[in-house]
Amino acid sequence: MPERRLVSGNYAAAYGALRANVKFIAAFPITPQTFIVEHISEFVNDGIMKAEFMRVESEHSAISATVSAEATGVRSFTATASQGLALMHEILAIPAPLRLPIVMPVVNRTVAAPIGIWAEYNDVMPQRDLGWMMMFVEDNQEVFDMIIQGYRIAEDKRVLLPFMPNLDAFILSHTYEPVEFADQDDIDDFLPEYKAEHAHLWPDDPMAIGVFSPPEYIQEYRYQTEQAMEASKKVIKEVNDEFAKEFGRDYHGLVEEFMTDDAEAIMITLGTVTSTARKVVMDMRKEGKKVGLVKLRFLRPFPKEELRKIAEKVDAIGVYDRSISYSAGGPAFVEVRNALYGMEKPVIGYLAGLGGRDVMYSDIKLMFEKTLEAAGKGKADKEVVWVGTRGVNP
Amino acid sequence: MSSTKITIHDLPKENLFTGGHTACPGCGAAILVRNAMKVFGKNTVIYTPANCLLVFGGTYPNISWKVPYHHVAFENTAVCSAGIKRALKASGKDDALVVGFAGDGGTADIGMQALSGAAERNEDILYIMYDNEAYMNTGIQRSGSTPYGAWTTTTPAGKVIKGKERFKKDVPQIMIAHNVPYVATASIAYPTDLLTKLEKAKNMKGFRYLQVYSTCPTGWRVPPEKTVEVAKKAVETGMWTLYEYENGKMTINVKPKLDENGNLAVPVRDYLKMQGRFRHMTDAQIETLQKWVNEKWKRDLALEKALQ
Repeated sequence: MPERRLVSGNYAAAYGALRANVKFIAAFPITPQTFIVEHISEFVNDGIMKAEFMRVESEHSAISATVSAEATGVRSFTATASQGLALMHEILAIPAPLRLPIVMPVVNRTVAAPIGIWAEYNDVMPQRDLGWMMMFVEDNQEVFDMIIQGYRIAEDKRVLLPFMPNLDAFILSHTYEPVEFADQDDIDDFLPEYKAEHAHLWPDDPMAIGVFSPPEYIQEYRYQTEQAMEASKKVIKEVNDEFAKEFGRDYHGLVEEFMTDDAEAIMITLGTVTSTARKVVMDMRKEGKKVGLVKLRFLRPFPKEELRKIAEKVDAIGVYDRSISYSAGGPAFVEVRNALYGMEKPVIGYLAGLGGRDVMYSDIKLMFEKTLEAAGKGKADKEVVWVGTRGVNP
Repeated sequence: MSSTKITIHDLPKENLFTGGHTACPGCGAAILVRNAMKVFGKNTVIYTPANCLLVFGGTYPNISWKVPYHHVAFENTAVCSAGIKRALKASGKDDALVVGFAGDGGTADIGMQALSGAAERNEDILYIMYDNEAYMNTGIQRSGSTPYGAWTTTTPAGKVIKGKERFKKDVPQIMIAHNVPYVATASIAYPTDLLTKLEKAKNMKGFRYLQVYSTCPTGWRVPPEKTVEVAKKAVETGMWTLYEYENGKMTINVKPKLDENGNLAVPVRDYLKMQGRFRHMTDAQIETLQKWVNEKWKRDLALEKALQ
């Protein structure tokens, strides 16, 4: 029987690594990821996790060692947040072209300045172009499930790219929720042992991994990485469906739709704000307002085709962002609008919850109302709307 | 503690770092790596950071390495090597030797944090710094390991300031302060001493650090055929001390000639005049460097006495 326990998002991530039979971990503590490192330390020191664990001296070293361990041919794991992720930036560019299927949860926290520790996506958004699959979870069950699914997707021979599940600082990392942990035998059936055929550093089968390459070869690396990222879309859906069948939880793959079929206006959300938005949709529906919701689970690969299909059905689209690309708008908004190019539908970007400010029910309701208004008029008054900002009228 | 001497006649014929690489003529690092690989053998995994060796040892698709070879970035030789070793351990291949070959810039400067961390954790790796006393791959810029007075492109012989104003960073002593199992200095001009140290380090467990004097004819403005001669003169003048630190004990392996007062007998000027990188140095600068060498030699002797 699966066990059900009340755990934090950080515990769900650490326990996911244990249940995924990770054989190597290198990590460095940073608020609000620290508990992941602490839980793994306990698992290893209590002998319930049989893995090599390097308690390194920085995040730069954590990701460096993880890349090298994965290149050596073992299932490897690390985790970080915020400044730590920023410090890793240089090395984050390495595993995708080398086709190393690392899984690394990121607890999304604001990046200085000003220094802060609460939820914001300005740590993860600057990492979008480095070849990692990036997805955002809504609750702690999804944290655990996406560590397991993450390895399965990343290690698929059609993909072989690193995988980054993102969870909101404190809202998930430090909040306790009931999480179901499937039986180990069932997890092992779903996620078999990693066989490093394409990349390993074994003296009995020498291989050079990460060699200096001239322009005659690098462009093909880029193309093949892009092909793998595109191929991951199908794999993500397949793994999702198999997981749903095996464990009874269906996350619908790249995006999850909620009451979009006859909607006039929809919001597209990332992370925990989705839960509040779901409630707003249900309440507004009771008032007869035709609103719907799309949970954008994956930012990489970007679900362009899925979003265009959804956009066909509706009259206006709002996109929520917890970070800003200065003078361009929220990154998710920019990407959605790009994907919908030529469709002539109003797309509005909403910025709220920056620096970890609470995004209230009323804030999200306002986003829906504005998007609904744009649906009626067939155009948006403003493309980028700041919500809940002192001195700014949305 | 094995004291069996290894000479070049003991080495196998087969090169695990093959010819055809693109190092400059007379490259000290190439001499070191080719011979070291003969000591290490096939059950070895190599990591190199961004350095000359990365480029001359393997520009895709021409790879000189006959053993598994890995590169990630510049500043993480120690931690990536440790990651490989731990992963080999996790997959039941613990008998393989993991060696990181980094230059002085990648060790004394940008790689120092990862090096210190790996040493403190006593990671089971052999870290070899080939010391050519500047960032040579980027075209001869000063590093923490560049000696006093030396010309580099970032310490030019200008009208006001001539060459490097600071002295060489003493990385082996920093490593000894980490209390790791083995720290040694070596030189390409003393092959038996070098090969014996490599063999010893190969067979030890825990963190081992070797810093090997490796002439760079291109960067030092030295004719390629003088590579070994220059390296020899470095030891004779006391610019480079050959020693090892093992189980808390320090031994100076080759003692330079001393005069009747116990001072270094061969003046540092003899070493400087062989190399274009020092030719701008004033008498005052040479005197400053001589004083530094004299003090360094006395300190090395005192350390040897203290660490017994």
